[in-house]
Amino acid sequence: MEKLSFRHTTQRALAGAKAQAITGVVASGNLEVLLERALAPTECTVEIETPIRGYGEVWAAVVADFVARAQPGGLRITINDGGARPDTVSLRLLQGARLMEV
Amino acid sequence: MSERIIDPAAKGWATSWYEASARARVDGLLDAGSFREVIGPEQRRMSPHLPLFDLPRAFDDGMIVGSGRLDGKPVLVAAQEGRFMGGAFGEVHGAKLVGLLRAALALKPDAVLILFDTGGVRLQEANAGETAIAEVMRAIVQLRAAGVPVIGLIGGRAGAYGGGGLIAGTCSRLVVSEGGRISVSGPEVIETNKGAEEFDSRDRALVWRTMGGKHRRLTGGADAYADDTVAAFRQAALDLIGRAPAFDLATLEAEQARLEQRLTRFGDCRDGTEIWARLGVNDPEAVPALTTAAFDTLLASLGETTHDAR
Amino acid sequence: MSGWGRERAARDARIEAGRAHAAGKVVTAADVVALLEAILQPGDRVCLEGDNQKQADCLARGLSQCDPACVHDLHMVQSGIVLPEHLDIFEQGIAKRLDYSYSGPQGARIARMLYGGQIELGAVHTYLELFARYFVDLTPNVALIAGVSADRDGNLYTGPNTEDTPTVVEATAFKNGVVVAQVNEIVDRVPRVDIPGDRIDFVVEADKPFYVEPLFTRDPAAMTETQILMAMMAIKGIYAEYGIRRLNHGIGFGTAAIELLLPTYAERLGLKGQIATHWALNPHPTLIPAIESGWVKQVHCFGSEVGMDRYIRERSDIFFTGADGSLRSNRAFCQTAGLYACDLFIGSTLQIDLAGHSSTVTQNRVAGFGGAPNMGSDPHGRRHPSDTWMKAGREAQVTGDPALMRGRKLVVQIVETFGEGLVPAFVEQLDALELARKIGLELAPVMVYADDVTHIVTEEGIANLLLCRTADEREQAIRGVAGYTEIGRGRDRAMVERLRQRGIVRRPEDLGIEPLDADRSLLAARSIKDLVHWSGGLYEPPAKFRNW
Repeated sequence: MEKLSFRHTTQRALAGAKAQAITGVVASGNLEVLLERALAPTECTVEIETPIRGYGEVWAAVVADFVARAQPGGLRITINDGGARPDTVSLRLLQGARLMEV
Repeated sequence: MSERIIDPAAKGWATSWYEASARARVDGLLDAGSFREVIGPEQRRMSPHLPLFDLPRAFDDGMIVGSGRLDGKPVLVAAQEGRFMGGAFGEVHGAKLVGLLRAALALKPDAVLILFDTGGVRLQEANAGETAIAEVMRAIVQLRAAGVPVIGLIGGRAGAYGGGGLIAGTCSRLVVSEGGRISVSGPEVIETNKGAEEFDSRDRALVWRTMGGKHRRLTGGADAYADDTVAAFRQAALDLIGRAPAFDLATLEAEQARLEQRLTRFGDCRDGTEIWARLGVNDPEAVPALTTAAFDTLLASLGETTHDAR
Repeated sequence: MSGWGRERAARDARIEAGRAHAAGKVVTAADVVALLEAILQPGDRVCLEGDNQKQADCLARGLSQCDPACVHDLHMVQSGIVLPEHLDIFEQGIAKRLDYSYSGPQGARIARMLYGGQIELGAVHTYLELFARYFVDLTPNVALIAGVSADRDGNLYTGPNTEDTPTVVEATAFKNGVVVAQVNEIVDRVPRVDIPGDRIDFVVEADKPFYVEPLFTRDPAAMTETQILMAMMAIKGIYAEYGIRRLNHGIGFGTAAIELLLPTYAERLGLKGQIATHWALNPHPTLIPAIESGWVKQVHCFGSEVGMDRYIRERSDIFFTGADGSLRSNRAFCQTAGLYACDLFIGSTLQIDLAGHSSTVTQNRVAGFGGAPNMGSDPHGRRHPSDTWMKAGREAQVTGDPALMRGRKLVVQIVETFGEGLVPAFVEQLDALELARKIGLELAPVMVYADDVTHIVTEEGIANLLLCRTADEREQAIRGVAGYTEIGRGRDRAMVERLRQRGIVRRPEDLGIEPLDADRSLLAARSIKDLVHWSGGLYEPPAKFRNW
């Protein structure tokens, strides 16, 4: 298993007060994303565990784009990946952020 | 800015049980906002074994447990995520269910609901998985003896196979939908052991005639038949809680008699359609195509197969 | 004997030799090998009907049991390499040379055999092109075809899966060839005469019904949010934009998702009656909801699809059916329809390069072309205008006198940026070029060439190549929708933004689409069972798709 970890700073905290949310399922081509409002308001971390090695650069790009778009300040995000494609990862991250905005 | 065309809060369209995740099933089944999960994903009680096989883990090991209300009644709930490792029993997965059942013994809820979606034991954690299955069966028996009904809900992609099928057999009552399947040995295993002539596992119509929801309901292998919607399962579960049998010698003897009678009556049948014909179904070939409404009508016309068994 | 009738004399001799194994025209399955050995000559050009769907499998088995000492070095000319026997005969020395179109099911094995030099390859064609050559330089000496039933005079019923048969028989029977048909049963009277008996020389009552591949059935349960998002973009960004009424959908989940979004998403956009009314299409089960909802005026089919026969019978206002009530398909005519009478082709692919050339060839798999090169080409012979065609023409670079301007057919490649096993769909160089080098092909097997492709749709957005004016713009437009592949990550961000301003690259948001809205609830049918319900119980899905 490959473990990846990214730390970002955002311009603002994510809206809403939801403490945690989970979306997705660990299955082939899919992934599970756990989001916890656990960090300082402009901090965001994304930790990934994946059985597909060698895609570090792609993960970095996907995460960076997600952070820029959703501004998920304050969120600790943990991912269990089942070999999902990058666009599915983006989708789940956005779905997760949407759930946390409530 | 684009308009959102789907309102996430709207549940106007019926959620398919078959398609729904375990979390979505629990969410839709129980009274809104009543579910309290224990050992939730944020606890990260994951499988200690899967990384050895380079397999990804799930935060909840594919088993969601907790408490909630069903039409105001206090219940405990366990739901298997059929898409994670085929819903199979692993160490943590099994332990969570055992723990829930033992907690139920202390808490005495109105019922325990088990949302099955499993192919059986997880091969990578076979010993722990099998042990858990045995402990679950024992715990269910203890619960039932203490007067708490255990209702099984079966309608997911993986069905209730292997140890899941065995556990289902210990439940007070079972709800099944058309897509659901209940068995112990899976179709491929039967084919491998007995040959394709005996059972062609690729003939999915045959698989469903043999193990599928309608067949189980017709032969008393399940007690209620639900449409493939969360709403229908909720209604059926509520109804069955009220009709759960006492767990005593009389019930067990009635179950023994029911099974003996079933074997005598249908033991020499070669196909589900033969069994249905003997049950009195006029057009057995048409059963798989029947809508829920038509199937309900058929069940009613055959005379309700309530029994004091299970 | 005149020197100008030698072929006819030779044909008569073959038939004479074959008659020894027949009662009139009828041959039993047990005598197939003897019949074939009697009528075939070494070096013959043989069309063994391996259509896209139906297979003359009894005759294929028979051919592979022939004695290579008397039947050898055949030149096979057939649409599809589908059955194992189609390749066995090359290993056995029965066949030597091959001209064909599609080899999806045998893609891996044929790749190995081509690399290994076991097959002398003429060329890989698109269907209509191969049919064309049947009348010029690839005329078969012997055709081995499949039909549903025949009478003792040889009148043949080919039924819903008529497919290539009339074309193959036309070329063979009228140029001194011998035609052998396998049928499921011999009857007193066929339900309708698809091929008149005087074109059929022998009829074999096969040991079992001919095999048909269920190729065009896509289970809605397997559709992903990504495919739904791409379908939404295609509908709003292309179908609505250009007013696509006449079209063909290539095979795949992307197009199946579009079909399932017509009664829901497209309905909400108010597009009913304005798009997707006239089709050249196999009877996709996923089109049922759109048909039932009144979107479709008519459909012409290349072939049939397993499980759709009863539904088609009951929808004769929509499909082409015979006096017997069943579907009449015809691949040659449907391919022609797709070429000239459709304003849009949309299909998937495995690889696209920086110019926009696309191919399904990979290092280990040679799938051939099928109909895509034809459907996905801009026909210069077209002369009738349509609003769609003219609009696309105006978008393309117009040089010279505008009064002499032509339209353009929309050729859309719809593809996810990463395919199976996280293999990127966008590449610097197509595997096809490597394959061509390795086996010495004069032409690299490109499925759709860059100058025919007008749009590329991925989950990241739509690239409109018609509006590109330089190779550089084209490259960046492609990179701009190539997502997180290496090609995509290598984009010139500033330039892609400028292309976005000009509408050459459009993201979902630019089309007013919220990606999170791409939800399975948008599908008119979410399972095969739903499709059965939509059809009022008329659709009978094959066993492998059932979960009831």
